[in-house]
Amino acid sequence: MTPTATTHPERLLEPDWAEITAITPETEDISTFWLRFEAPAIQEHYRFQPGQFNMLYLPGYGEAAISISSDPDESRRLVGHTIRFVGNVTRAINRLKVGDLLGLRGPFSAPWPMDAIEGKDVILASGGIGLAPLRPAIYHILRHRERYGKVILVYGARTPRDLLYLNEYEEWRKADIDVQITVDHADETWSGRVGVVPMWFYHFRIDPRKTALLTCGPEIMIRFVVFEALARRIPTDYIYVSLERNMKCGQGACGHCQLGPYFICKDGLVFPFSALEPYFNVEEY
Amino acid sequence: MIERHLAISSVVSLPKTELDALLAGLRHNGYQTVGPCLKDEGLVYAGIESLADLPRGVISEQAAGKFRLVQTGQERYFDIIPGGQSWKQFLFPPRLTLFTAQKDGRWRIAPDGEPAPRYALIGVRACELAAIEIQDRAFMREDYADPIYRARRRNLFIVAVNCLHPAGTCFCVSLGSGPRAERGYDLCLTELDDAFLVEIGSELGRSLMTELACEPASAYLQNAANQGLEQAVKQMGRHLDTSDLPQLLAGNLDAERWEQVGKRCLSCANCTLVCPTCFCWDATDHTDLLGKVTRRERVWDSFFNPAFSYFAGGNTRPAIRSRYRQWLTHKLGAWKEQYGTLGCVGCGRCITWCPAGIDLTEEIAALREEVEA
Repeated sequence: MTPTATTHPERLLEPDWAEITAITPETEDISTFWLRFEAPAIQEHYRFQPGQFNMLYLPGYGEAAISISSDPDESRRLVGHTIRFVGNVTRAINRLKVGDLLGLRGPFSAPWPMDAIEGKDVILASGGIGLAPLRPAIYHILRHRERYGKVILVYGARTPRDLLYLNEYEEWRKADIDVQITVDHADETWSGRVGVVPMWFYHFRIDPRKTALLTCGPEIMIRFVVFEALARRIPTDYIYVSLERNMKCGQGACGHCQLGPYFICKDGLVFPFSALEPYFNVEEY
Repeated sequence: MIERHLAISSVVSLPKTELDALLAGLRHNGYQTVGPCLKDEGLVYAGIESLADLPRGVISEQAAGKFRLVQTGQERYFDIIPGGQSWKQFLFPPRLTLFTAQKDGRWRIAPDGEPAPRYALIGVRACELAAIEIQDRAFMREDYADPIYRARRRNLFIVAVNCLHPAGTCFCVSLGSGPRAERGYDLCLTELDDAFLVEIGSELGRSLMTELACEPASAYLQNAANQGLEQAVKQMGRHLDTSDLPQLLAGNLDAERWEQVGKRCLSCANCTLVCPTCFCWDATDHTDLLGKVTRRERVWDSFFNPAFSYFAGGNTRPAIRSRYRQWLTHKLGAWKEQYGTLGCVGCGRCITWCPAGIDLTEEIAALREEVEA
């Protein structure tokens, strides 16, 4: 667990303001919002690690927990948030335009263990918007490609039109990342793989002794990805899962995102599977 | 007034009428004095000025789903076991404005500028002291402190009271949290027929007592208090077997009993609201009609509210049995790993105030029985 930054420890839930500097449409219901803090001093000092999230606040609507999807080494410039417009707050954010302000608190949560997995082959398995919190990890790998063995990104979406960051795959491939894309339902434009992400494990050989898995996506996908990883004997300490719950405070204080002894916002979001094992298959826990 | 030397841990006797002077002394020191008083046939914690505001000659009869006031006619003020309210409302208010955001071209935040109130709590039971200690751990962790709680907690003055007449839903002895207040108070009262026995727990408590007409406590009075407390230990209405509770709960998340209790539980959240240790909260926005001013509030929340665990991926705990299991496995299980203590003090409020009469001591006993069968 890494310490989380709170901008105003003496003022509960009080955000700093950040301006929307650009909006990148990604799919029909997902866009990336690029934010820069109003106060230059905050912008200068703001840092995050791959896998962390911010609480974005729109007055009158409330806060939403949004993973940071941009390059951690570029955090002094702009902070990117890839947002699916699915709830009250995010739908209202969708109506904002460049120049509008959002409140921001963060970053929160334990990051992807980029140091601990050095020297390993790395499988990144993600579905839907689950690629957003993995993208900073990909950027980190791109910058330090020599520190990792084989790197495979398995990414799935419902349809080809739901795939995120389409124009970046080529660049990732050039950096020797094996980008494997799959969709649940193809359309006439699609000539790639059809199927769900866990199915990918049947197509390739992996060496469990030197493999680390990072996975993020719908919980049902995570379940089956972990199942396949365990079947291939990847050690539970090297299966890292990023979980989502109803995060509200980001500091393990409000109680909403508890899972067994954990506050997911502070003890996760990223957990080694060994820490989740006792709770993972308990229905509605 | 006799010449005397008082120290922390001194034990003195105080005429009951002198409590008025103590309350006045606290107010003189800038405290709002709050304590038990009767309201709408119940017992609440609210502002009190003098002995006359306390519930004289009244006790409470409590059972699963039942709270009744009973007149005893005795000149006693603290025999009554509290109602649904607990002191947590003063440290962790049920509803509190955090800040106001105004849109004047751009959004600007005006923090709530109110200084933290200074409360003197009068009549805090041993179990309630233990509850405050437990909430201290949740709200003032090493890596995170709730600024609102911390400011109020720093300002707190506590007059504890030893419990001599436990109610039918009490089981503090099982949790080791009562009936005697052992620590964490400024002053501790034991109410005897003609006087209060007062133990001094802090420097401020000591200096306040030097202004009052107190006398060194006789061995007779101390003996009477001790005997009363020994009696109280034997009068617990409930018992909870706490051995290996976290393991019992974590190891039986799929027990049949959850299904059974889930059918009785109404998911009304009463238990979490009356619980003196439950700390979950939510934040909500309240906006004017033009959308230019919004007030951000913190409010109590509960596992039992349907929206509590709702997020984009759906509701984590749609079934009531899952919510009840979450409350009990947290309170009597995972809490230990999080904060080094169970989240229960044996006050019995969740039993008394459950409209379905669900009794967690009974639920644990039934779970043990199912596991052992």
